[in-house]
Amino acid sequence: MDKTVNQKAWLLVLPVFLVVAFSAVLPLMTVVNYSMQDTFGNNQFFWNGVAWFKELLDPSTDLGGRFLASLGRNLLFSAVILAIEVPLGIVVALSMPRQGWSVAACLVILALPLLIPWNVVGTIWQIFGRPDIGLLGYVLHALGLNYNYVSNDLDAWATVIVMDVWHWTSLVALLCYAGLKSIPDAYYQAAQIDGASRWAVFTAIQLPKMNRVLLIAVLLRFMDSFMIYTEPFVVTGGGPGNSTTFVSIELVKIALGQFDLGKAAALSLVYNLIIIIVCWVFYTVMTNAGVERRVKKGVA
Amino acid sequence: MHSIPGRRLILGLFLVFLLLPIYWLVNMSFKTNNEIVTSMTLWPHDPTIANYALIFTERSWYSGYINSLKYVVLNTVISISVALPAAYAFSRYRFLGDKHLFFWLLSNRMAPAAVYALPFFNLYSAIGLFDTPWAVALAHCIFNVPLAVWILEGFVSGVPREIDETAFLDGYSFPRFFAKILVPLIASGIGVAAFFCFMFSWVELLLARTLTSVDAKPISAVMTRTVSAAGMDWGLLAAAGVLTIIPGALVIWFVRNYIARGFALGRV
Repeated sequence: MDKTVNQKAWLLVLPVFLVVAFSAVLPLMTVVNYSMQDTFGNNQFFWNGVAWFKELLDPSTDLGGRFLASLGRNLLFSAVILAIEVPLGIVVALSMPRQGWSVAACLVILALPLLIPWNVVGTIWQIFGRPDIGLLGYVLHALGLNYNYVSNDLDAWATVIVMDVWHWTSLVALLCYAGLKSIPDAYYQAAQIDGASRWAVFTAIQLPKMNRVLLIAVLLRFMDSFMIYTEPFVVTGGGPGNSTTFVSIELVKIALGQFDLGKAAALSLVYNLIIIIVCWVFYTVMTNAGVERRVKKGVA
Repeated sequence: MHSIPGRRLILGLFLVFLLLPIYWLVNMSFKTNNEIVTSMTLWPHDPTIANYALIFTERSWYSGYINSLKYVVLNTVISISVALPAAYAFSRYRFLGDKHLFFWLLSNRMAPAAVYALPFFNLYSAIGLFDTPWAVALAHCIFNVPLAVWILEGFVSGVPREIDETAFLDGYSFPRFFAKILVPLIASGIGVAAFFCFMFSWVELLLARTLTSVDAKPISAVMTRTVSAAGMDWGLLAAAGVLTIIPGALVIWFVRNYIARGFALGRV
C-alpha cells in the first residue's frame, strides 16, 4: 500500500508538533543556554563557552570523574539486566499456556509489576529486602547470609538488579509472547513432519519470528535502564557511597541538589546525545527490517 | 504453540517470584506497626484496617490520589486527542519531513526525565502553571504523545484504505469521516493507547514531584510523609502502596489481550 504525497497532512500533525515542541524544544533551549554559562547566584550569568563540556569529558576533574563513573556503572547495570531479562523473558514466553482461562490470568499477573508506580516498586523492595521486616532479608539472614543492601555494595547491586528483573522481565515476556502467537500452526506441523527437534524448532522457527519484537524489547529495556532513576533512588539513595549512583541520579544531584545549573546542563546535553544516537540506530534497524519484510512479501 | 519441558514449573516459579513481594506489601498493610516491627508473621495475626481508614479519612492523604488522577486523566485526554489526527496523517500520507518528525517523536519518548526536571520547573513557574495538574499533564505529554502516535499509527494502518475512499465518495466531509467511521473502527486501538498513557503517567514520579509543591501534590510524593520523628510508619506506607497498585490492576483486565501489542508500540 503506497502512501500518497499530501502536504496538507501537516495540518493534522500540527497539534502534536506544537504540544511536543512546547514540552521538548523550549526546555532544551534553556538547557543549551545554561550549559554555556556560569552563575554566582542572584540570577547573574556569565559566558563560559565550552568549559563545562571540557570538564565533563575529563576524568581528572570532579565533574568529569563523577559523570564517567556513573556512566560506567549505568552501562554495566544495563548490560547485566539485559543479559538476565532477555533469556528469562524468552523462557517465560515459551512457557505460557496455550489456551483457556489461564492465559488471561498469566497475562494479568505478568503485567502487574509494570503498572506499579516506580517509587512504590522501590518501596516494595526496600521493605522486602530488610532483614527486620522483609521476607527476603529475613529468609537470607535465617540461611546465615549477612545480606544488607544499605551497607554492602554488592548486596545493594544485587537488590537493584533483582528489583529490575522483577519489574521489567514481564515486558520482554509479553513482547515475545505476542511474537510467538503470530506464528501459524502450519509451521509447527511442517516441523513435526520433518522430525525436527525441540531445539531446531526454536532456532529455525520461533527465534526468527521473534526477531522484531526482541529488537523492540532490547532497545526499550536498554533505554529505560539507561535512564533509571526512581527505583534505585528509593531503595539505596544511590549508595552505599556512590556505588548505585546512575547517570540520572548524578544529574538530579547536581541540578536540584547543588543547583549547579551549568554543569547539570552540560551533562544533560551529553546524556541526551547518547540517547539520541542509540535511538537513531534503533529507528534505522527497525525501518530497515520493515523494508526487508515488504521486499520478501513482494518476491513471494 | 510448542511448549518446552518443565514449562509449568518455570512459569509457576516466575509468577510466584512476581507475586511474593506484592503479597508482602498487602500483608503488611493489614498489620499494626507493633506486629510489623516485633514479629515476622506470614499473614496478619491481628488484622486491622486502621491504615486504610486513615488514608480514606485524612484529607492530605486522599487528596494525593485525587491530584494524581487529575493529571493522569488530563494527560490521557490531551495525548489521545492530539495524537489521533497525527496517527492518521502518518499512516496515510507522505509529507515533507515525515520521517524526521517520526524519529524526533521517538527520541522524545526516550528522553530521560531527569534532563527535563529543572527546565520544566523554570518553564512552568514562568507561565504560572507550577503546582497545578496542568503542569504535570503537559510535562508528561513529552513521552505520552509520541507513544500514543506510535500505537495509534499501527492501528490506523490496519484499517483498509478503501474504507476512507468509499466514505469520501459517499460525500462524507473529513471531520465527519473521522468521527463517524474511523474512530469507531479503531476503538480498541484508542483504548490501548489510552491505557498506556494512563499507565506511564501514573507510574512516573520525578517530573510529577518536581512540578508540584502543595496544592497538586501527587500520591507518590505524599507517601514520603510516612517518615516521621517517631520512625517509619510501615503499615501506612504499605497501605498507600497497595492503593496505588489497584487502578492499574483494574484497567489491565480490560486490555489484557492487547497489552503485548501496545508495548510493541503497535508493531507486532
